[in-house]
Amino acid sequence: MKCIVTGGNVKALGKAVHSLSRIGDEVYIEPLQEGLSLRAVNASRSAYACFLFAPLFFQHYVPVESKSVPDAGPVRCKVLMKSFLTVFRSLSLLEKTVEKCLISLRFCASMLRVQLHCRYGVVKTHDLSFQECESLQAVFDTEQCTHTLRAPPRLLVDAVVHFPLTLAEVTMGASPGGKVSFRSYLEEETEAGRTMVTELCLSEDEFQVFHVKQETQVTFCLKEFRGLLSFAESSNLPLNIHFDIPGRPAIFTLEDPLLEVHLVLATLSEPDSHSSQMTSCTPKAVASAYDFTSDDIDAYMIAMETTCAGTEGASPSPSPTFPTPHASSDTEDLDSDPEGTVPGTPPQKKFRSLFFGSVLNQSQTLMYPGSGQEVLAEDSEGES
Amino acid sequence: MRFRAKIADIGCLNHFTRMINTIAKLTKTCTLRLTVDKLYFILSDKVANGGVGMWCELSQGNFFDEFQMEGVAAEHNEIYLELTPENLSRALKTAQNAKAVKIKLTNKNCPCLTVAVELPSLSSSSRVVTHDIPVGVIPRKLWKDFREPAVPDFDVSIYLPVLKTMKNIVERMKNLSDSIVMEANLNGDMNLKIETELVSVTTHFKELGNPPWVSENGSQGSTQERDPESMVEARIDIKKLLQLLAGQQVNPTKALCNIVSKRIVHFILLHDDVSLQYFIPALA
Repeated sequence: MKCIVTGGNVKALGKAVHSLSRIGDEVYIEPLQEGLSLRAVNASRSAYACFLFAPLFFQHYVPVESKSVPDAGPVRCKVLMKSFLTVFRSLSLLEKTVEKCLISLRFCASMLRVQLHCRYGVVKTHDLSFQECESLQAVFDTEQCTHTLRAPPRLLVDAVVHFPLTLAEVTMGASPGGKVSFRSYLEEETEAGRTMVTELCLSEDEFQVFHVKQETQVTFCLKEFRGLLSFAESSNLPLNIHFDIPGRPAIFTLEDPLLEVHLVLATLSEPDSHSSQMTSCTPKAVASAYDFTSDDIDAYMIAMETTCAGTEGASPSPSPTFPTPHASSDTEDLDSDPEGTVPGTPPQKKFRSLFFGSVLNQSQTLMYPGSGQEVLAEDSEGES
Repeated sequence: MRFRAKIADIGCLNHFTRMINTIAKLTKTCTLRLTVDKLYFILSDKVANGGVGMWCELSQGNFFDEFQMEGVAAEHNEIYLELTPENLSRALKTAQNAKAVKIKLTNKNCPCLTVAVELPSLSSSSRVVTHDIPVGVIPRKLWKDFREPAVPDFDVSIYLPVLKTMKNIVERMKNLSDSIVMEANLNGDMNLKIETELVSVTTHFKELGNPPWVSENGSQGSTQERDPESMVEARIDIKKLLQLLAGQQVNPTKALCNIVSKRIVHFILLHDDVSLQYFIPALA
């Protein structure tokens, strides 16, 4: 594989790497006929991102070397995110000094070479060791999502900026009435009563597309979303949000003739069971946000005793990693998951690893001849 | 118990934000006392707070366009809340270009101070961000813990030099020592001293001036008999002093301190409508 990126596209590539670095520790590189794909997934497999750069994005793009071994199959590899990010660390420097970026996969040397051709004839060459790997492909379909929103990135950046950086998850609510709200998601008991809750409402007319069939609330991780937003803002591409019932993944996409981006985030299942506090105060909070202009004075007699939320017994949550190999049907497995809704478990555990099911099941015999542990061992060897 | 206030003027909002930021830098939690015409941010000088005390007083009329409050009862028309000022500071940070900010006492599962920020938007309706800050309501029987501290029977009262200058000096001294000696006399001289086994550093300030205190209870007595040249000193925690100097976001029109020999340093910062008093106990 060999490709050359020039001009402003170098910065776009750099931005994409920064965005991916918010998600996983490794970047999966796969040169395809339809373009170069960079992908990442997080440790708990609840977030997945894919950047597909079309051949037109490059000045020169050759996905497969002609003299490569015929039955080697498609070329795929993964490199450590940290080393890959180092190459593109300073975006301003990329913009100012780099004229051309050359990426080549050298199978004979087991090296991914990234060459930055800078001003004054300076050439920086980074040779990164890589590991061969299977294709990383999340299972999702935007067509199956009931609701769609499209907004200029600026709108969502302005919305998200109000939330503290320490906040892990945010709940997005949308109603057919034309309101979209973002609200801090707090874990019950531990934080309720001590942590500030922030809520923001946006109206329909700020969105370019607003297809919401029924009132829905989904909770997803904020860090990865912020990463994508920062990319969307720099490229000024409108962001599409496809979502469905809680527990189904939310899919964020950017589309351009040169570039296609997908971010898939797991959402917390069953919003009405994760906390009695959430459901009880959500309608109230929404109301208060709407009646900003009304001048009635709220007369609340403050209850002195702290209300205790329902203490349902917490049982161990299912493994957040791979679904069990013998699961008969993935979709069934996704929908019926009583354990995934247990309140009071750490957030990443509540997110279901939704996307890898079918790929793993199909190619399981190829990829993972034994257990998952063996694969982990293989990874660590490759780094030496 | 009701409380509702509104700020519509951007100047007032910025001023209020700076005050809250200053308080947030001084303490993790404090008591917010609301009366019909004033707001007080109070940290009582309990041992748990390291003996540090704070009393900050704001006239609501200078900040708020609307201010309505109703206490528990007509004869006790006040509200006392336990508050994390950092939360309020964070909420106001998102209100920098707000059209209006409303602050309300609400009951959302727990008592909250709700800050509703009306922001300009591209659509016809404006965008509203609400922050629900959990607060604790302090019952009436505990109110007596939050009385205004009396001005201590000081030995020397002196105007402070420009706080920024003082901050720069104390910041450097902090690298050398954990405690600092503040000493002053009635001749307008003040020294900041650190003494360690390896080094002694003293910064001298001259002609700062001594504020005239009208005698009420004879506290002036001891002051007047004193030799104007003789120094009165108190050794205090340097971090606490730096917290006050570094956290300053409101440039006070008047800043002074009262030193009770070897017991306490009492700082007073005045800025037209706002006064901030801060007490740092002397180390043994």
